[in-house]
Amino acid sequence: MAEKKIMLGNEAIARGAYEAGVKVSAAYPGTPSTEISENIVKYPEIYAEWSPNEKVAMEVAIGASISGVRALVSMKHVGVNVASDPLYTISYAGVNGGLVLVAADDPGLYSSQNEQDTRCVARAALVPVIEPSDSAEAKEFTKLAFEISEKYDTPVIVRTTTRLSHSQGVVELCDRAEPADKPYERNPAKYVMMPGNAKGRHVYVEQRMKKLSEDGADFAINRAEYRDTSIGFITSGIPYQYVREACPDASVLKLGMVYPLPKKLIEEFASKVEKLYIFEELEPVIEEQVRAWGIDVIGKEAFTVQGEYSANLLRRAVTGEDMCLTQAEKVPARPPILCPGCPHRSVFSVLNKLKIHAAGDIGCYTLGAVAPLNVIDTTVCMGASISTLHGMEKAKGKDYIKNWVAVIGDSTFMHTGVNSLMNMVYNQGTGTVLILDNSTTGMTGHQDHAATGKTLMGEVVPAINIYHLCKAMGIEHVQEIDAVDLKELERAIKEETKRDAVSVIITKSPCVLLKGNVFPNVCRPVPEKCKKCGACLRPGCPALTKNADGTIAIDETMCNGCGLCQKLCAFDAIACEKR
Amino acid sequence: METKNIMIVGVGGQGTLLTSRILGGITVRAGYDVKLSEVHGMAQRGGSVVTFVRYGSEVAEPIVEEGCADVLIAFEKLEALRYAHFLKKDGVIVVNDWRIDPITVVTGAAVYPENIIEGLSKTHKVYAINAMQEAEKLGNVKAFNVIVLGLAARHMDFDKELWLDVIAETVPPKTVEINQKAFLIGYE
Ligand SMILES: Cc1ncc(C[n+]2csc(CCOP(=O)(O)OP(=O)(O)O)c2C)c(N)n1
Repeated sequence: MAEKKIMLGNEAIARGAYEAGVKVSAAYPGTPSTEISENIVKYPEIYAEWSPNEKVAMEVAIGASISGVRALVSMKHVGVNVASDPLYTISYAGVNGGLVLVAADDPGLYSSQNEQDTRCVARAALVPVIEPSDSAEAKEFTKLAFEISEKYDTPVIVRTTTRLSHSQGVVELCDRAEPADKPYERNPAKYVMMPGNAKGRHVYVEQRMKKLSEDGADFAINRAEYRDTSIGFITSGIPYQYVREACPDASVLKLGMVYPLPKKLIEEFASKVEKLYIFEELEPVIEEQVRAWGIDVIGKEAFTVQGEYSANLLRRAVTGEDMCLTQAEKVPARPPILCPGCPHRSVFSVLNKLKIHAAGDIGCYTLGAVAPLNVIDTTVCMGASISTLHGMEKAKGKDYIKNWVAVIGDSTFMHTGVNSLMNMVYNQGTGTVLILDNSTTGMTGHQDHAATGKTLMGEVVPAINIYHLCKAMGIEHVQEIDAVDLKELERAIKEETKRDAVSVIITKSPCVLLKGNVFPNVCRPVPEKCKKCGACLRPGCPALTKNADGTIAIDETMCNGCGLCQKLCAFDAIACEKR
Repeated sequence: METKNIMIVGVGGQGTLLTSRILGGITVRAGYDVKLSEVHGMAQRGGSVVTFVRYGSEVAEPIVEEGCADVLIAFEKLEALRYAHFLKKDGVIVVNDWRIDPITVVTGAAVYPENIIEGLSKTHKVYAINAMQEAEKLGNVKAFNVIVLGLAARHMDFDKELWLDVIAETVPPKTVEINQKAFLIGYE
């Protein structure tokens, strides 16, 4: 009997890639896609890398495919935006070895800056999308995606969502296939996308999508399940499970391929059920197409375009049932916060003290936007801090940004921030950029990047030196400061924001959650000296709380002994000592 | 078998993922179909986190719906209160009698509710334990979550030996003994 294992959706995707004989995998981390690469790397047969950003990862996979091997690239939904330039055009060129892009959407915004739907990108780029509903399908569909890719000469998107990626289910393991490498032949008409060649390929792409739509009617992954035909649902992915849960007797057309849609199959299903619902999270992608074919459906007028679906949501809208017996209690919110001892807190406490605004970026440090730190004013997408600050300066003049800085993490700087800094230099900006270098990609769970000196496969390599990189751009004023040295930070920030030239301050201190970090110290209150002023509480360290009498308590199980509270105390009422 | 719905709630960083791995492991070993849904990423940074575990003969959705949970395992009191409405009528709450102030309370924007456990006991079957204290006695505060799991295990139908086996398979080798001991504190 085949081995059965309980696997995370992402782990199952990685397994599927392994079983499909993938030889190259490239990615940039992003919740909820990160664990795909973290599991791929467990298979020594696959070369796996963290690329600096999604565009580069996509191009690495494209190169591998053109050379004749199966290649996987994975990213979160917004990563697809960064990779969309190569994606739109490789759609024209097609593949040699199978090429699969796993895109992880985030309905409900568990860990993202927007709620975009990858199917919309796919439709625009003319790339087929398949969508599994659980871990077992995640593995099987990933394998199938490679077959579709090679058969139809197209990149294929496997679309997952947070719920699927981060759910575990039972998976049956198979052996790895070892497909022979496809022979490489020079073929500029196919792989050199200049106007004359691309014109021809566009014709091919339109035929391909039409063929896929026709063939899709016979794909086993598109499956009509006829039960009671008074109600029918067209659905896919995780929402399929909600339908099965809430309306187990209803008929269902479960779509495994959600773009292009199998017209014949949908028409047939629609003709057999009395009331037809389309149950899809996020955008009405299936609904709009089905309506355009003149089929009457109930879709987004009954179900929201926002957030995650559930069986209860379906029950309320369709059957009027409600399993919910009581209302949720109104309790204090518990939003995420910077960890105790996080070096970002130290930097933000100085910026807050100096009343400096920050054009922010994406990472753990985005939490510098919320109370009590309240330093970051803007966050858009990765790399945007430096360029938005530059835009403000060009709009309002250099004096306007004297009390502004750009704040960006080390991984984000290597991702796309570096381009923005080049622009600031080239176009004679005068902004001050703080690169918060905690030696890792913290937010997504500690992945290495080009400036950490280690690869995904664990190789030790020369780290790109951020200081020298900035210097090489011709930036004269670059300082490296210990991120927990408040005095030095204050001095450097005051000095550099005053300056009429681009300047960079690299604040260095490793993430407290990095493996191998030791915390010999702990902070302890000295209550008899405490003046109850609350200065130590201001940066919002979760290890500190106020006692009933106004003195403070420090939870020693949480404290990492960074000493920030001690430095902020003017009365020596906190001691930072050996544990 | 009808699907059984378990929820594990707590504060990001409290080790909800380890507990759900043990639960997932035991349901597979017992031959059930199982689905389990967890929170990774942003919320793991001190936010409110919830893990769903569902097992039975055939499980469709991976989440537990409001009004459907059989057992709510809470590693922190406020989180028990936050998710109590997920319980079904005769569902039970197993709660670590422990308070972690959310940032909204620390900054004074909100007040931490008083007498949470007493309040919940009026409407639900509640089993509370100060697992931090018990774990400290054991010599490793980090084992508190397995103590709470032990208490919750009384409301699930798996053998003690199987629990101990799965714990041994799941936790890092060096911590097997302490975790098994911790489990038994809650279980016995
Ligand atoms: C285009 C894109 N790719 C990936 C992500 C996911 N993501 C969010 S923040 C981040 C990097 C954070 O690392 P770093 O800049 O070093 O800051 P830290 O979290 O360590 O403070 C990533 C990969 C994203 N939001 N957008």
